[in-house]
Amino acid sequence: MAGQKKEFDWFDRPSSRRLLWRLLWGACVLTVVAELFVHRHPHFGIDGFFGFYAMLGFIGCTAMILLAKGLGKLVKRDENYYNDHTEDDVIPEDIDDGHAD
Amino acid sequence: MLTDIPPSLLLFAGALITMLLRGRARNVFLVVLPAFTFWHVSQLSFGEGTSIAFLPTFDALEPLRVDKLSKAFGYIFTLNAAVAFLFAFYVKKAFQHVWALIYIGAALGVIFAGDLITLYVYWELMAISSAFVIIARNTLRAKQAAFRYVMVHIFGGLLLLAGIVMTVSSGGSIAFDSFDYADANLGTCLILAGFLVNTAAPLFSAWLSDAYPEASVTGGLILSAYTTKTAVYTLLRGFPGWEPLMVIGCVMAVFGILYALLENDMRRILAYSIINQVGFMVCAAGIGTPMAISGAVAHAFCHIIYKSLLWMSAGAVLYRTGKSRCTELGGLYKTMPWTLLFGGIGALAISAVPLTSGFTSKTIIIAATEHQHLFWTWLVLELASAGVFLHAGIKFPYFVFFNRDRGLRPKEAPKTMLWAMGILSFLCIWLGVQPQMLYDILPYAVDYKAYTASHLVTQMQLLMFSALVFFLFLPMLKRTATISLDSDWFYRKGGPLFYRAMDKSLNGINAKVADLIAVRYTAWLGKFFRNAPAEILGVLLVPYWTAIGLKADDIADRKEKLVLRAKRGAFPVGITACLAVMMLAIVYLVAIA
Repeated sequence: MAGQKKEFDWFDRPSSRRLLWRLLWGACVLTVVAELFVHRHPHFGIDGFFGFYAMLGFIGCTAMILLAKGLGKLVKRDENYYNDHTEDDVIPEDIDDGHAD
Repeated sequence: MLTDIPPSLLLFAGALITMLLRGRARNVFLVVLPAFTFWHVSQLSFGEGTSIAFLPTFDALEPLRVDKLSKAFGYIFTLNAAVAFLFAFYVKKAFQHVWALIYIGAALGVIFAGDLITLYVYWELMAISSAFVIIARNTLRAKQAAFRYVMVHIFGGLLLLAGIVMTVSSGGSIAFDSFDYADANLGTCLILAGFLVNTAAPLFSAWLSDAYPEASVTGGLILSAYTTKTAVYTLLRGFPGWEPLMVIGCVMAVFGILYALLENDMRRILAYSIINQVGFMVCAAGIGTPMAISGAVAHAFCHIIYKSLLWMSAGAVLYRTGKSRCTELGGLYKTMPWTLLFGGIGALAISAVPLTSGFTSKTIIIAATEHQHLFWTWLVLELASAGVFLHAGIKFPYFVFFNRDRGLRPKEAPKTMLWAMGILSFLCIWLGVQPQMLYDILPYAVDYKAYTASHLVTQMQLLMFSALVFFLFLPMLKRTATISLDSDWFYRKGGPLFYRAMDKSLNGINAKVADLIAVRYTAWLGKFFRNAPAEILGVLLVPYWTAIGLKADDIADRKEKLVLRAKRGAFPVGITACLAVMMLAIVYLVAIA
C-alpha cells in the first residue's frame, strides 16, 4: 500500500544475522577471557579448571541435543497419533476474533 | 477478626460474588480480590489460628497455620493471581473465573492447612476445580484432556488418602509436620507418592504436558502456577532431607529439557519447562538443608513470576494468531514487539541470566549442593541450568518471534495483557537486582551473595556457550509437525486397549454362552419335547407291531399316525391313561428301589 510505513525487518536481513553471529562468538570469547581476571572458589576440584563452565555449557548442551534427537527417533509420532485432531478447523472461544480488544 | 479467616475463604466467597457481577465490574473485582487477599496474607500473624474440634479420638483441625514457609507461598499465590486476572481482563464469561478462584483458594487452603485432613480436602478440591478450568476452553480436546487429568489426580489423591489413613491408624497424629526419613514406612511413602503425582514426577508427569496446553489462554496461565508449586510446598514441609527426592528432582530437570527440545507446540514447551524447573525444587527438598529449603522457596517464588510471564506471552500470541505450533509461527517480532520484549525478559529470567530473578533464586539451590558436596546432583543441576537456556530461554522466543517469517501479521496484544506482562517483567528484574526483599521472607535466613565476579563469569560462560550450541545445532533443532510419546501413552493407548481386551474377552464369552444356551440349547430342548414322546413310543411299539405280524407298510403307516398324534398331543383317552399308569409304575419302582 502506498504511504504505509516500511515494516521493521532488521532481524531478517543477512547483514544483521552476520552481526549477531559475530556478537555471539565475541561474547563467548569475552566470558572466557574474563575468567583470567577473577578469583575462583572451586568446590569439587574439577570445577576449578580454566574454562570449565564454558566446556560444561558446550559439551552438556551438545550432549542433550543429541540425546533429545535420539529420544525423538523413539518417541516422535504423527500429530494425529491419538486421533484427537478432529476439530483443527474449529476456533476455540478464547481466540481473538478480530473484534475484541 | 479478619486475621482468623483463612485466605482461601476470601477467594471462595469471591467465587460466589463473581457469579453475581457482570461486565467490567466483574473483571475489576477479579483483580482487586486477589490483591486484597495478598494484603490479608501480609496481615496474618505467625502461629496457629482457631482450631476446630474433629472426631473425638483425633487432634483438632487447624485450617490456618501461619509461618514463614506458608506465608511466602501465600504471598506469591495471591500476587500471581491478581496479575493473571489483569491479563484475563478480556474474558467475557464467568465460568472459568469462578473455577479459577476456587482452584487458587484451594491451593491457599493447602498452604495454610496445619493438619492432614484439611490438607486432603483442599487437595481434592484443587483437582476438581482445576479440571473445570481446563474444561472451560470448551473444545472436545480440552474436555478429553481434562478427563485424563482428573483421573490421574484422583489416583494421586487416593494414594494420599491411603497414606494418611495408614499413618493415623498406626498411632500417628493428623498434624502436618515433617516426616522423619529414618522412620519411613508404607503410610508416609504413600503420602509422599500422592504429593509427587502433583509435582509431575517421572511416570506421573504426563498430566501436566497433556492437559495444561489444552486449557484456554488464561486457563493455562493460571494452572501453570499452582498445582505443582503447592506440591513443592508439601514436600518442603513434609519431606525435607528425603534423599530419593534428589534423584527424582534431577531426573525431572533433565526429562523436562529433553522433551521440551522435541516439542513443537509452544505451550507444551513451557509445560515441559515447568517439569524441569520443579525438578530443581524437588531436588532441593531432597537436600533438605535450611539453605536448600530457602533456595527452593525463593526459586518457587521467582519461577511462578517468570513462568506466568512466559505463559502470558505465549497466550498473547495464541490469542492473536490462534496458532501455537512452532511450525506455524515465526517472525512475530515485527508486529508484536512488546510481547516479544516481555516474553524475552521472562526467558532470560528462567535461564538465570544475571540481573534477573532466576540468577538470584535458582542459584541458591545449586550453591546448597556445593555446600553439601553433592557432586552428581550439582553437575546435573548445572547441566539442567544450561539446558533451560536452550529450550525456554532461546528456543521458545526464537521459533515464535524470529525464525522464518510465515506471513503472520497479528496485532500487538491488548493493553491489559501488556500491563500484566509489564508488571511481571518489572518483578523479574527487580528481584534480580534487589533480591534482599525476597530473602527476608524466606523460611530460613540465607547468607548468599549472588553477585560475585566469579559467579557472574561462570554463569555467563555457561549461558553463552549454551546459546552458541543452540545456533550451531539449529538445523538439528528444526521443528517437525509431530508429538512425542510420554507416559500418558500408557493410559491413552492402554486404556482403549484394556477396553478392547475386556470387550473381546468378556463380551466374547457372553456371546458364546448366549448362543449356546439361548439359541442352541433351547431350540434343542423344544425339538426334544416335541418329538421325543413319538420317538420313544415308536421304539417301544415297532417291535410289538412286528411281533403281532403287521406288514412293513402298515408299520410305517401306524408310525406316521403316532408321530402326528404325539406332536398334537392327541392320543385316545385309553392310551393316555395307560401311559399315565406306566409312568406312575415307573415312579413307584424307582421310589422303592
